[in-house]
Formats: sequence, structure tokens, C-alpha cells
Amino acid sequence: MKSHVWRPLFVVLVIIALVLVARKFLVPADFGIGARGYMYGWHRAGNEQQWKDMKVKYKTAAFCKDCHPDKYDEMKESPHRNINCENCHGPALNHPDDPKSLTIDRSRELCARCHTRLPYPNSGRGVMKGIDPKTHNVGLDCVTCHWPHDPRKEGHKK
Amino acid sequence: MISRRSFCKKSLLIAGGLAIPLSCLELFDPKRLLAEKDQKGPRWVFLVDTRKCVGCGFCVKGCKVENEVPYDANVTRTWVERYVVTSDGKTHIDSPKGARDGFPNKGIDIGHGKLEEIKDDDIDKAFFVPKLCNQCDNPPCVQVCPVGATYQTADGVVLVDRSWCIGCGYCIMGCPYGVRFFHPVFHVAEKCNFCYHRITKGMQTACVDSCAFGARRVGNLRDPEDPVTKIIMTERVNVLKEEYGTKPQVFYLGLSKEVK
Repeated sequence: MKSHVWRPLFVVLVIIALVLVARKFLVPADFGIGARGYMYGWHRAGNEQQWKDMKVKYKTAAFCKDCHPDKYDEMKESPHRNINCENCHGPALNHPDDPKSLTIDRSRELCARCHTRLPYPNSGRGVMKGIDPKTHNVGLDCVTCHWPHDPRKEGHKK
Repeated sequence: MISRRSFCKKSLLIAGGLAIPLSCLELFDPKRLLAEKDQKGPRWVFLVDTRKCVGCGFCVKGCKVENEVPYDANVTRTWVERYVVTSDGKTHIDSPKGARDGFPNKGIDIGHGKLEEIKDDDIDKAFFVPKLCNQCDNPPCVQVCPVGATYQTADGVVLVDRSWCIGCGYCIMGCPYGVRFFHPVFHVAEKCNFCYHRITKGMQTACVDSCAFGARRVGNLRDPEDPVTKIIMTERVNVLKEEYGTKPQVFYLGLSKEVK
């Protein structure tokens, strides 16, 4: 065959070779078909571990219990027993090393999440004890009168 | 010379031989079969009881902090919708900031900082519906990804590879539930992954742990003893947008026809 046929063919072959070489270096070795097949599982396998390695920030009441059993036991008897410590005290992160003390949310807005009165029939919200934050002791923190760990008790004394 | 008889015999023999697949000649190894059965692992599913939700939004707060979604950006992996059906037949739906701070106002958020006030007597019914990624068995977001950056793991969770995503946004358009968004910091697609780092360690998701009302639960559908599986199998559960054929794996109790 003549060279005008061979030359473009060589060019094409060189391009294909370049693409293959580039792919070898650019595509991670663990890229492939995962457990869910080509349509759903075409991915870099190492990424699954990367997601698993993410830091756990909320460590749940089971973690708080070890050092604060008194608070834990008080909560367990309280109408607020189902609320996790970290909902108000913030995520444990590496507490007690870092941060040494947690940022506690004592704001009215926090309590108002559940205790703003919403008159919804047939909803759990409708039967919850609620107030109108616009008229109920405006300017005062809820914890002044209500002890959050057990709302049946009196609040913080200044 | 080949005779007619031997030709027919040999033809039948070859045809018969070709019909036997190689796998038929493989002997069963009971140990291997048992190992394959055990390898199945979990299939994570979610159960939302809308009857228990009171719209406090602790789940949204917990999710945003746990999964490092910028707190003040108006994007979230999970959110809570409020539905208020009035006696004139209208349904009012809102989710201010995805209910990150709950629902601080009685009025319905209609955008641009405006509230639509509704008289107490006009309310026929009102309820809250938490939403999150459905981890579909047939996930459209995975099918549309042109680079293999989003994928489904063996346990059914759809993940996004942040180092591989090119940010084209096909998956955000492809999800019929609108659970995907652009991560404002990483500039890649972001979505709920059932707190993959928690459930694979035997913990609950951040939203489940922060829910004081038991409205959210995560479970393993392949474990017949799992309480969540038992509820899904025996009670009247529903899924969102079944007509899309995505086979969503977030099951709802007490879903109403107003919920989209």
C-alpha cells in the first residue's frame, strides 16, 4: 500500500497509544466495576473508605454517660429523656480534650423549636406544651425558670 | 469414507457436547456457597414516621454539623417540610432554611421574608414530613453521572466521590426528589449518605440520634430481625414518587396525599 494510507493510520495509532498511556497514569488503579455492576457501581473503590473515615462528631448520650452519670440519670427520669445531650450541648467532637468545654445553646430559640405553640390538630405538635415566644416573658432565657434537664424542676438561680 | 450412520452419531455427540455449559461440570463447594451467602451484608433503609414528627428541626441541625454542610448556606442534606391544609382546600407548604431552626413562626414562609398568616380555625390538618435521600435501588442520579463519580455501594448507599466529581450537575437535575445540591465549599455534588461513617461503625445516623420523637429510624432490610425491617414488612408503609420507578428505600408511615 502507498504511504498516504499508512501515514494517517500511524497518526491514529499514536493517538490511541497516547490516550492509553495517559489513562494509565490519570485513572486511579482501584477504578472499576463495583458490587452494583457497571450501571450503578462504576467508581473508585478507595472512595468508600474515605467516606467511612469521616470524623464522628455527635457521640450520643452513651458517650456522655461515662463522665457525667449524674446528669445522665437525671435526664432518664425526666420528661425530656428522649432528647440527646448533644442537641443542646453541641457535638462532643474530641471533648474533653478538644474542646475542653462545650458551647451550650441556652437560647430561647432552642426551646422554641418544640415549645412554640402551633395549633395543629391531629399532629403531635398540637398536643405539646407550647407558648407564644412573642408574649411569654420576652427577654428572659427559658432556663431562668425552667430546668432543662427536668422541666418539672425550677430553673437556674442567678 | 464416512458412513451415514457414523456421521449422524458424531453430529449428535458434538451437538450434545456443545449443549453442556462448563459450569455444569463444576462441583459444588458448600463452604464457598456459605461464604457467598454471608458476604451479602446489610442493605440500609430508612423509616420515617410522619405522625411522630413535630418539626423541631434538630435532625437538620445535627446533619449539617455532623456532615460539615456550611451551616448558614441555604443547602441541606435533609430537611423538614410543613404541610398545612386549610378548610378552603388549599395546601400550604414551607420549609424555612430547611427547618434548620425548626418552625419559629406560625405563618407560612412564602419566600422573600414574607409570611402568610393562617387563622387557627381554618386549619383542617397540619403535619411535618422529614425528607432525605431515598438511596433508590434504581438511582437515576448514578445513571446520569458521566465520569463514575457517584455510585452505589453493596449496602445500597449512593455516595459521591469528591475528588472525581467534575461538577456538571446532571445528577442534581436527575434526582426526582431534589435531594442533591452543590457543596458550596468543595464545588461538587453533595447528598445525604445515611451518615455512612456512622452506620458502618454500628451507630445511628446523626438525624436519628438527634430526633427526640422517634420519627426517624435507620435499619438493615436484609436482617429479618431488625425492628425497622419488621415494620416495613408488616405495616402500611409508603414511598415518595413511586411512579418514577426509582425504587426508593426511605419508607414513610402516615403519608398523606398532599405530600409531593
